[in-house]
Amino acid sequence: MLRFLLNRLLQSVVLLLGVSVIGFALMHLAPGGPMALYTLNPTVTAQDIERVKVLFGLDQPVYVQYLKWAGGMFTGNWGYSFFGGQQVREIVLDRLPATLELMGTSLLLALVIGVAIGVVSAVRHNSIVDYVSAVAAMIALSLPTFWFGLLAIYLFAQTLHWLPAGGTASTSGGDLFDRLRHLVLPVAVLSFVLVAQWSRYTRSSLLDILGQDYIRTARAKGLRPSRVLLNHALRAALAPLTTLAGLQLPLLVGGALVTETVFSWPGMGLLFVNALGMRDYPVLMAILMVGAFVVVLGNLLADVVVALVDPRVKLEHG
Amino acid sequence: MVDAAASEAALPSPARRSSALRRFFRHRLAAIGMFVIAVLAIGAAGAPWLAPHDPDEIDISLRYAPPLTPGHILGSDDLGRDVLTRLLYAGQVSLSVGAAAMLVTVIVGFAVGASAAYHGGWINVVLMRLTDVMLCFPSVFLLLFVAAFVTPSLASIALMIGLTCWMEIARIVYAQILVLKSSDFIAAARMVGAPSWRIIVRQILPNTLAPIFVAATLNMANAILLESYISYLGYGIQPPAASWGNMLTNAQSDFQVDPMLAILPGLAITLAVTSFNLIGDGLRDALDPRMRERAAGAPP
Amino acid sequence: MTSLLEVENLSVAFGAMRAVDGVSFKVEQGETLGLVGESGCGKTTIALALMRLLRDAALDGSARLDGADLVAIDEKAMRALRGAKIAMIFQDPGTSLHPMIRVGDQIVEALRAHLDMTKDEARRRAVDLFRKVGIAAPEHRLRAFPHEMSGGMCQRVMIAMAIACSPRLLLADEPTTALDVTVQAQILELLRDVTREAGMSVVLITHDLGVVAGMADRVAVMYAGLIVETAPTETLFAAPLHPYTRGLLRSIPPLDRGWDEPMPTILGSVGSAFGAVGCRFAPRCSLATDACAVAPKLERIAKGHFVSCWNAK
Repeated sequence: MLRFLLNRLLQSVVLLLGVSVIGFALMHLAPGGPMALYTLNPTVTAQDIERVKVLFGLDQPVYVQYLKWAGGMFTGNWGYSFFGGQQVREIVLDRLPATLELMGTSLLLALVIGVAIGVVSAVRHNSIVDYVSAVAAMIALSLPTFWFGLLAIYLFAQTLHWLPAGGTASTSGGDLFDRLRHLVLPVAVLSFVLVAQWSRYTRSSLLDILGQDYIRTARAKGLRPSRVLLNHALRAALAPLTTLAGLQLPLLVGGALVTETVFSWPGMGLLFVNALGMRDYPVLMAILMVGAFVVVLGNLLADVVVALVDPRVKLEHG
Repeated sequence: MVDAAASEAALPSPARRSSALRRFFRHRLAAIGMFVIAVLAIGAAGAPWLAPHDPDEIDISLRYAPPLTPGHILGSDDLGRDVLTRLLYAGQVSLSVGAAAMLVTVIVGFAVGASAAYHGGWINVVLMRLTDVMLCFPSVFLLLFVAAFVTPSLASIALMIGLTCWMEIARIVYAQILVLKSSDFIAAARMVGAPSWRIIVRQILPNTLAPIFVAATLNMANAILLESYISYLGYGIQPPAASWGNMLTNAQSDFQVDPMLAILPGLAITLAVTSFNLIGDGLRDALDPRMRERAAGAPP
Repeated sequence: MTSLLEVENLSVAFGAMRAVDGVSFKVEQGETLGLVGESGCGKTTIALALMRLLRDAALDGSARLDGADLVAIDEKAMRALRGAKIAMIFQDPGTSLHPMIRVGDQIVEALRAHLDMTKDEARRRAVDLFRKVGIAAPEHRLRAFPHEMSGGMCQRVMIAMAIACSPRLLLADEPTTALDVTVQAQILELLRDVTREAGMSVVLITHDLGVVAGMADRVAVMYAGLIVETAPTETLFAAPLHPYTRGLLRSIPPLDRGWDEPMPTILGSVGSAFGAVGCRFAPRCSLATDACAVAPKLERIAKGHFVSCWNAK
């Protein structure tokens, strides 16, 4: 088990290194380079540009810049914002909790509802319930999330006035109930797509499992159907579903960005879009890296869980 | 509830009928999807002839006209431009960006996956690691980042979307080819002395087409969604050119004045994406419906 | 004395396709009935039907086990019988055990489903069962996962699991087909010993006549969803009456005779014999006459010997 862990950790580190290289390459390949806002601005003189370059260490050879930047990333020195000069790390980490709150709640809700729907669809497959949920899932996956969010705001906030239109809390309040009210719409919108995905994943995994020989044996032993489903089928489904959860992470993070922009949710996604408008490279890069880091970490955790759950896995990699 | 459901499933049922019914419906749905796409495509392609107005024709006197106003069946927008016309022209843009992006995705994905699988060795390692790394980035982040620094045009947007979404196809192709690589007819071709590229194009390509088609269709659906999002934010298709996405840029305020303006482009996107998803699903079903039947308990 | 299992006119239909078309046979207490036939003839379907494990299938006829009609009783009653009165072992032991649950726990589960035992009692009984089926170091093996065991050992676990609650009838579906030849004999011997000792009746399903010769008291031969001949084992091998049975026996390659002689085969294939009107074997039968356009019935020719053929006199 330990060897397996070390192996996967090493792979994750390699992945992160690769991510940093790609990120750095992106930053420098973009037209105008990191100095785009200045070089493309006709009122800024060449001298000023040179001075700023030296200030930000951009006059040095590329690989040195990369090493400095990557080194900084891994040690917590994420540079300073092009606007305002604050520590990027502070700016970004300040926004992390809000994003995690949104992502975490949505994922949890989506898991509970999505898996339940998927289980029912699989057990009663080819029935009306199955069919209806398949169609609903299809539509949910085809809706543009941002548009759906706008519709939700229009309906629930502006027309019915049941729920607030954005932000995490009212300016006056901030108590738990108020915060929950603000959480409802963004979570509902983000989970909508997730529920659809999870119900489909669960349904197809479970259908596959229910056709396996060992389920037939379980039935042949005379076990109650609920026991066959929970102890045998769902246990077997844990592994593929966990792996799927890991693979879904990039979509979850991306979805969070979209949801945050629509609901003015003060998370990293909104920060990203704002920084984009100002071409604030350090902030943008930091968020990109944090996003990728979350994905890599999530996949690593998923792999560990799978190894714990499925005794066959250790043999392959251990 | 679960108990009853499971025991109900164990009893004999007229299920042959219902699973065949389901397949028929699925194909029906896929057919509906194709029909809708055909309608949208024809509408988009025929925009110059079908549209009642010019898409840039401004008429300040008739701003925010509601639907069914004479001359503006679907109403007009904040500058008095006809909504139906703009929807049709936007369809042109959104659908062609989707199709172009899908092409880029397929070409790049196939190139990467096929090379990695076919050549093995360090090429394999580098390419597959690259794929893994690219998959770590949420595509929306990547796409926005690149879009912010590139002057947006139809071609550049399609290229950007394509370059951020090829990884899934690369993996599918890689897996398929690995299986094929060890098969006998490839060995025979090699023994006869066929060059690598020829083998790839003439032997491998036809056998991997099916799952690629499915992935490509679903990819196109995704491409349309992505384009609409970046256009909505302002980093995609630039006004005054219309895309379904950028028609929604002011949606939040439009809802107050003229909800239809904010609803119609979104509906168009949903319609197009749903149709592509239906077609993709139908294709996937057509690929292996028999495997599903066997698993359900046909006679040994 | 009534038989343990009395199957009368059992049919299994999947939609329009009748996989088993009116089959009747009996299994006495303590006897082993061999059910033989080529792949796809319906023998496994009969077993699955008796266990009511078939989805999407329409059952007809009756199958009385100790008074209960397996075809007619409701699912809840059937669940009480499964494992406790009637049990089944399957062809591929590697895939028939849950890969993520320790084998000991899988047996304990089977025990506690029908017998009133505490976990400890069940665990001790599981150790006994393991010992009985010839698994060395049983206490240690309880904690193993299926993938850590060989095919033969997995099949021993399956046998242990099946006999755990002392069922009256055991259905063994090709129990050795997926195993190495050397292991096959061991498993068959184990099966014979264990079932003899418990007085358990067995329906042994196989396509291998050799297996049947060593283990079965009586044999029923199936073709295209019907039973065509039933007889005590020795009689069947010595004096088969149905042309299909004769063909089967003739096509077993002999060890002692000419290697350069052409091997006898039964010409043709099963094809669309399922659901055919008239004798289903007629298209491939050298003795076929016009009378064979009408389906023959299973008739008693001699004591314990039933044949379904107009020419079997």
